[in-house]
Amino acid sequence: MSAISCKDLCKYYQQGDAVIKGLDYVSLEIDQGSFICLSGPSGSGKTTLLNAIGGLDSLDSGEIAIDGERVDLLGKSALADLRLHKIGFVFQAYNLIPVLSARENVEFVMQVQGVGTAERRQRSLRILQEVGLEGMEDRRPAQLSGGQQQRVAVARAIVSQPKLVLADEPTANLDSESMEKLMQHFRDLNRIHKVTFLIATHDQRVMEWADRLISMEDGRVIRDELQKAH
Amino acid sequence: MGMPVLAMSRLAWRNLWRNYRRTLIMLLAIALGVWAMIFMTSLLRGMVDDMVRQGVSALPGHVQVHASGYRDDPSVMNSLPSPDKALLDVLNSEQVSAWSSRIKVPAMISSEYDNAGVSLIGVDPEGELALGFKADDIIEGRFLSAADDNGIVVGEKLLHRLETRLGKRIVVMSQDPENAIAERGFRIVGVFSAELKNLEENMVYAGRDVVQKMLGMGTDISEIAVLDFDYREPEELTSIIRLVLPADHEVLSWLELDPYLGTMMRVMNGFVLVWMVVIFLALSFGLVNTLMMAIFERVREIGLMRALGMRPSAIVYQILVESVMLLVLGLIIGNLAAIGTIVLLKDGIDISAVAEGMEMMGASSMLYPVLQWADLILANTVVIVLGIITSLLPAWRASQYRPVEALSRT
Repeated sequence: MSAISCKDLCKYYQQGDAVIKGLDYVSLEIDQGSFICLSGPSGSGKTTLLNAIGGLDSLDSGEIAIDGERVDLLGKSALADLRLHKIGFVFQAYNLIPVLSARENVEFVMQVQGVGTAERRQRSLRILQEVGLEGMEDRRPAQLSGGQQQRVAVARAIVSQPKLVLADEPTANLDSESMEKLMQHFRDLNRIHKVTFLIATHDQRVMEWADRLISMEDGRVIRDELQKAH
Repeated sequence: MGMPVLAMSRLAWRNLWRNYRRTLIMLLAIALGVWAMIFMTSLLRGMVDDMVRQGVSALPGHVQVHASGYRDDPSVMNSLPSPDKALLDVLNSEQVSAWSSRIKVPAMISSEYDNAGVSLIGVDPEGELALGFKADDIIEGRFLSAADDNGIVVGEKLLHRLETRLGKRIVVMSQDPENAIAERGFRIVGVFSAELKNLEENMVYAGRDVVQKMLGMGTDISEIAVLDFDYREPEELTSIIRLVLPADHEVLSWLELDPYLGTMMRVMNGFVLVWMVVIFLALSFGLVNTLMMAIFERVREIGLMRALGMRPSAIVYQILVESVMLLVLGLIIGNLAAIGTIVLLKDGIDISAVAEGMEMMGASSMLYPVLQWADLILANTVVIVLGIITSLLPAWRASQYRPVEALSRT
């Protein structure tokens, strides 16, 4: 059984008289432990696909299953639970809670999960150190640069040890060194803990880290190939 | 709710102060509303308390005993015998604060220059003082010294009307049991002032024994006035007194003697609740607006929290916690301000500019705020309960945002 199974996913948007195809009969099978990059121009459907798999957006038709469970049939609370326990998100705009510090932002998901205070603190401080933000735990997002905020968002996504990480342009504001470190961290999680990564990106350097490259255009998968990863 | 209460509270507290100006304005509005609820209620309570106190002291007593028919015809024909042993046992028991027997008949008082219709009240001065006649009310001369005192005490307004003065003689005329005219001369030994000026014109006090002799009543009396320890619940004492008296005696509490006052007191509780709800309704528009603005500014953040795994119910709870914090802060400030105002005004507010109007209602020209714990609790409960109810709609709307749409907002 595949970790993620997508069958004939369709999502259309109405823009005046025109119909924009967000997803147009997209079908994919993704195994647990995969490290996949989604590439394609803006508007190709990468973000729409990530949102659909993560249960953030509804579909017009099609089926999505994660570990055999039909995501498209779940209610709001069940979807929230799925995202809480199984999925980590890294958004294009980092989306940090402005009134919480870096550490508190990282701890947020673990708090909702009910993880104890000591363990939460230990894991959040460790992960912030791993993404190169040691000493900045108590700074609020407004006191961090764009790249630092992105690293906090990444830390938040992976600290709760999800089975699946959906990342939308996670390296957009990172310098090369930070990008390399981040991708290495992702690969380590992937190899050691079998976390599945689905990363939407324009960045060729990021694509080189992937085992599998899926290219999209106008809401369709136009290429799906394995490659030798970095 | 998926997130520890402490963490949720911390987040709510910080969110409250993101726009501190808006929060401060809303806090001020809530505090002002709470202050108005408590303080204005205390003034109303004080006014009603004063009206009841004045009315009861004018009666006087919380319970009165008369012969049947006396209240329709308060003449010497409808008199009572002096209290017997059974009644005395009750009147002298621990349930009674004070009591006195009195003569009270309509009479005519005349001076050299004028005359007036009055109520001639024959009293035992010691009992009368215990019933609430204040010695400080005597502004000239003295009060009666004993039940056989030959003097008379009149009101200041009556004194001026009769164009007489302390020490002068006046004649009092009434009817005896044979329907004959009974009259006597009295020397004015004292002049009293009352908060209700109509009492100064209508009441004259003489010694009970002297009046009984003047009217040929023997030892009969017009009424027995009894004081309970709390004017609010006179029914129990009324029932106890009724049990030891024959059926032709009328025993009534002040609630029945002055139904207007009784109704005022009963209506007061309902009025207080309505008053508080009306103030809160005015407040609630501001509260809802504040919450909606706070949510509108955080749509993206709410979408993020949904995306990270917070259930819709947790979003509702989060917003409600913020609202409750705002309400509690406002309550604390409002309560302190109200209690502080009441303490500062404990010596009363002089409203003599509208004193005549107040007198028509039976209230004096000094308004004393009266704080009751029940009113304090009611005000706080109204604000919290209605505040939570008012916050439910904005909170529910926040929880219904679709994550992808919320996240795409700028």
